[in-house]
Amino acid sequence: MFRQAKWDEPNIYELSNGREGVRFSHINDTFRDIMGEISIDANMKREKDPQLPEVSEVEVIRHYTRLSEMSYGVDNGPVPLGSCTMKYNPRVALKYSSDDRLAFIHPLQPEESIQGLLKALYDLQTWLAEITGMDYCTLHPAAGAQGELTGILTIRKYHEIKDQIGVKDEILIPDSAHGTNPASAIMGGFKAIEIPTADDGNIDFDAFLAALSERTAGFMITNPNTLGLFEERILDIEENVHEKDGLLYYDGANLNGILGKVRPGDMGFDIAHLNLHKTFSSPHGGGGPGSGPICVKNRKVVDGITLKDLIPGPMIYYDETEGIYKIKWPGRYSPGLLKAFFGNVQQLLWTYVYILSLGPQGLKETGEVSVINTNYFVKLMEKYRGYSIPYGRRFRKHEVVLSSEPLHEETGVTAEDVSKGLLDVGFHAPTIYFPLIVKEALMTEFTEGETKENIERYAKRLGEIEDIARKDPEEPKKWPKNTSVGRVNMVKANHPKTLIPTWRIKILREKGLIKTLR
Amino acid sequence: MAIDMGHAWIPNSKEEIKREMLDFIGVKGVLDLYNDVPEEILISEDKWNSLNIGMKRPLDEIEVSEVVEDALNKNIVFQPRKQFIGGGAWPHYIPASVRYLAERGEFLTAYTPYQAEINQGLMQTLFEYQSMMADLLDMDVVNSSMYDMASSLGEAILMAARIKKKGKVLVPEVTNPFHLSVAGSYSAPHGIQLKKYKIDKRTGYLDIEDVKNKMDNDIIAVYLEYPYQFTGIVDINAKALGEIAHEKQALFIVGVNPVSLMLYKPPGELDADIAIGEGQPLGLGLNFGGPYLGIFATKWKNELVRQMPGRIIGLTEDSKSSDAYAMILQTREQHIRRSKATSNITTNSSLNAMIAAFYIALLGRKGLRDVAEAIWYRSHYASRELKKIGLGSPLFTGEFFGDFVVDFKKDFKEIRKGMLKQGILLGIPLADYVEWATDSWGLLSFTEVHHKGDIDFVLNKIREFM
Repeated sequence: MFRQAKWDEPNIYELSNGREGVRFSHINDTFRDIMGEISIDANMKREKDPQLPEVSEVEVIRHYTRLSEMSYGVDNGPVPLGSCTMKYNPRVALKYSSDDRLAFIHPLQPEESIQGLLKALYDLQTWLAEITGMDYCTLHPAAGAQGELTGILTIRKYHEIKDQIGVKDEILIPDSAHGTNPASAIMGGFKAIEIPTADDGNIDFDAFLAALSERTAGFMITNPNTLGLFEERILDIEENVHEKDGLLYYDGANLNGILGKVRPGDMGFDIAHLNLHKTFSSPHGGGGPGSGPICVKNRKVVDGITLKDLIPGPMIYYDETEGIYKIKWPGRYSPGLLKAFFGNVQQLLWTYVYILSLGPQGLKETGEVSVINTNYFVKLMEKYRGYSIPYGRRFRKHEVVLSSEPLHEETGVTAEDVSKGLLDVGFHAPTIYFPLIVKEALMTEFTEGETKENIERYAKRLGEIEDIARKDPEEPKKWPKNTSVGRVNMVKANHPKTLIPTWRIKILREKGLIKTLR
Repeated sequence: MAIDMGHAWIPNSKEEIKREMLDFIGVKGVLDLYNDVPEEILISEDKWNSLNIGMKRPLDEIEVSEVVEDALNKNIVFQPRKQFIGGGAWPHYIPASVRYLAERGEFLTAYTPYQAEINQGLMQTLFEYQSMMADLLDMDVVNSSMYDMASSLGEAILMAARIKKKGKVLVPEVTNPFHLSVAGSYSAPHGIQLKKYKIDKRTGYLDIEDVKNKMDNDIIAVYLEYPYQFTGIVDINAKALGEIAHEKQALFIVGVNPVSLMLYKPPGELDADIAIGEGQPLGLGLNFGGPYLGIFATKWKNELVRQMPGRIIGLTEDSKSSDAYAMILQTREQHIRRSKATSNITTNSSLNAMIAAFYIALLGRKGLRDVAEAIWYRSHYASRELKKIGLGSPLFTGEFFGDFVVDFKKDFKEIRKGMLKQGILLGIPLADYVEWATDSWGLLSFTEVHHKGDIDFVLNKIREFM
C-alpha cells in the first residue's frame, strides 16, 4: 500500500515571519567599528530591498524535509524512465564527491598543489577511453547535451580546417533519436536531416543512403537506439559515412546496455559522449547536474592535426620532464571552452569511485544484467494484450518501448493514464510518449539496479491497470489518488492568462498588475 | 567474477537469479541476447578484463576508500579562510543545514519531474528558487538553472540572435576570460561576432564614448559583467550602458554575482532584458570548477519569455483545485520541439538550484545582506591596508566588491608561489589569463569566511615578502 506524504505545505514566502535562519548577525561588527558604515555611491545603491523570506532554521529544515517527502527518486523505488538510466546511486561515491577536500579546491589552484586530484582525473580519462574504445577523452562538458554540442563543434571544426564547411552543412539523425540531437546540431550551425526507422527497428538503410551526400558533415547515432535495439548495420553505416568524409558521432545515452560487450570505438565512431549521470551512477538531482565527457579517435584531419587537437575542452597529461600532471587547455584548432573551468568534478570523482568499485568485471555485469532485466520484463509483458511491443521480436538491450495503443483503442485509456496508475502503487512511471515514432509509448528501462521482484510487481501492476481499464474506463482518468496531489492541470499551468513562473508574478497577477503574454 | 551472491549494486547478478531469468526469457546464456551485434566487434571477456579500467578488478568499499583517500590527501587543501582567490568562484561558508538538505535522497536521486504528481516537493523547491532569484535580480521569470554562468552567457547571446536576428554582440574587454571563450564557442557557428568595448583602466569603469562609437546597427545585444569578475569593479555606468543599448534597439544582458545585489542595483533596476549570473556563492563548493549554477532570467515580455532556454516550473492546480506545480512552457524545449527548440539543454543544475534555495531561505534577507556587507567590508579593509604599505593600484580605482587588482610591482606569480609555502592561496596572476594585465598584477578576493585576524595575517605575510 502506497500513500505519498501530503503536507499542506505553504510557499516559503508565506512562511516568512521575520525570524533569523542562520546566525550571521555579528560578522561585521569589528569591521564596522574600524571602517564605519558602508559607503556606496547613491546612484549605484539598490533602491528596493528584495522580498526574501525570513524564517528560523528549524522551520526551513521542516519545510524542505516535508517537500522532500513529497518527492520521489531511486532511493524511494524503481524509476524506470527509459533512456534516463536511473540506477542506484551508491553512497560511497557521494561520500567522496561531497568531501571538503574537493569542495575547497579553487578552479585556479596551481596544478602542482593538486597532483592527487589530477592523477585521479587522468586515470578516469584513460579508463573512459578504454571503456569506449576511443583514444582520447575530455572530461569538460557539463552534461550529455553539452557533450553533444562539444562533439558537433568538433565536427564543425574538422570541416572548417579541411575547408569544406561551405559544403558540409547537414547532420543526419535517426527519427528515433533524443530531441537533444537535432537541437545540438542546430546549435552547432548545421541542418538536422531526419532518417526514418524501418519496421525492424534499424534505420531505414535505403533512406539513409538517399539522404547521405557530399553535404553530410556527420551522422549522430544512439546505439542501442531509443527502442532498445542494436543498430545491426552499424558497420555498413560507418563505411558509407566515412566514404563521404562525414564523421560518426556516438550518443552515449544508452551505453549501459552494451557495456563490456561492444565499444563505440570498435564500431567505427569518431566521437562519443558519455553520460556519467546515467551509465556511471552519478545522481540526477531532480534534473542535474550531470557530466558528459567526450572521447575521440585519433583521426587525421590534415597533416599534423588530429581530432584530439580540435576538442573544445581541457585534457590532463603527464609531463615527463617535470614529473607532474598538467592540464592542456584547448589550443588554436579548438573552438574554445563550453563551460568555465575544468568540468563538473564532483560527478567525475563520483565516476572514479564507481569504476574503481566495479572494475571491468563489474561493468560487464552491469551491462549484462541491465539487458537481462529488460528482456525478462519483455517476456513478462507478452501475455498482456493491452500492450504491444512494436518493432519486432528482437532482444532488447538497456530498454524496451511498450505501446499501450491496443489498450487505448479498446478503452480510451492513454499512456498518461497508465503512468498515473503506476504512481498510485508507488512506482515511478516510464518515459511516456517517447520516442515519437511509437504511439502511446511506455519507454521502460529498469537498469541493472532493479530487483527481479520489483520487475515482476511492475509487470503485474500494468496487468491490473489493463483489467481496471476494461471494467471501468473512467476510473484511470481519476488517477493518481495516492500521490501528494491529484492530476495536475497542465492547461492552466500553460495558459497565458494563468501562467505563474515565479511568486512575484503570482502577486502581480492577483493585483491585476501584469499583462497577459501572447 | 567470483561473486556468488552477486554484486551489491546489481541485485539480479546473483547467479541463481540470473539463471532463472535467462531460462524464463528462453535463452541459454546472456550472449544470446546480443545476437544482433556483428560478431567481429563483440569484445571477448578476456580482452575486456585486461583493459586498463579501474584496478582491473572490483574493489570492495574498504579498498576503494584507500585509493580515494590517497587521491584526496595528495593535494594541498587550503581552508577557505586561507584562500584569497575569486575570479568567478569564491570560497564561502556553507551552512551545515544546507549540506544536510542537499543530501536528502528524495531530491538527490530524483529525475527531472516528468511525473508531476509524485514530485511536487521537488518542483515547489525549484519554484521557490526561481521566485527568490527573481526577487534578488528584480526580474520576473527565472528558469530552474543552466550549467554555469558561462553557459548562461552563451545561451543569452543565442537568445538575442533569435529575437534580433544575427549580428554582433558588445562585451566588456575585461569579461571573465573563461566566459568569453564559452561565449565564442556558442556564437561562432552562427556567425555572431563578439566585439569588445573598452574599459577605462584608471577607474575600471566602461568607456561610454567607446561604446557609443561601436553601437552600429548590427549590434543585437550589449553585455555587462557586474561586478567584473577579473577586476572586482562594479560599474557606475551600468545604467547608462543599458540606455545606450535600448536606444539602438539592442538587448541589454547583465551578468551578476547574486550576493552583490543586496547592495548594488539589481539587473531589474538597470532595465536589463536578460539577467544571468553565477550561483556558486549561494551554498556551492568550489570543487575545482564545478558543478556550479547558471542563473538565467528575463523580464515579463512575450518575446523574451517565449525565447528563453531551459526548464521552468510554474504554479497551477490539481484536479481538486489545490495548489500544484508543473513544468511549463515546454514547447520551447528539445524533447518536444527537437530542431526548433530554444536550446539543447536537458540535464541542467537543478540540485544546485535547490541548494541555492535552501541557502537563501536559511539566510533570509538579513543574512544575505550580512554576507554581502561582509564581502564589501573585508575587501575594502584589505585594500585600504595594502595601500598603506604602498600596494595600491593606480588602476581600477572605482567601486569594487570582493575582488580587486593589486599591482605588486614584481612578478606576482613569485609572490603567490612564496605564499603557497606559507599555507596561503593568494589570488590570481591575471597575466596568465588575460592580455590586458601585466605580470605584476594579482587579483585578490575576500569573503565572509575571512575574519580580521586572517586578513591581518595575510597582509603581514605580503609585507614580509615585499
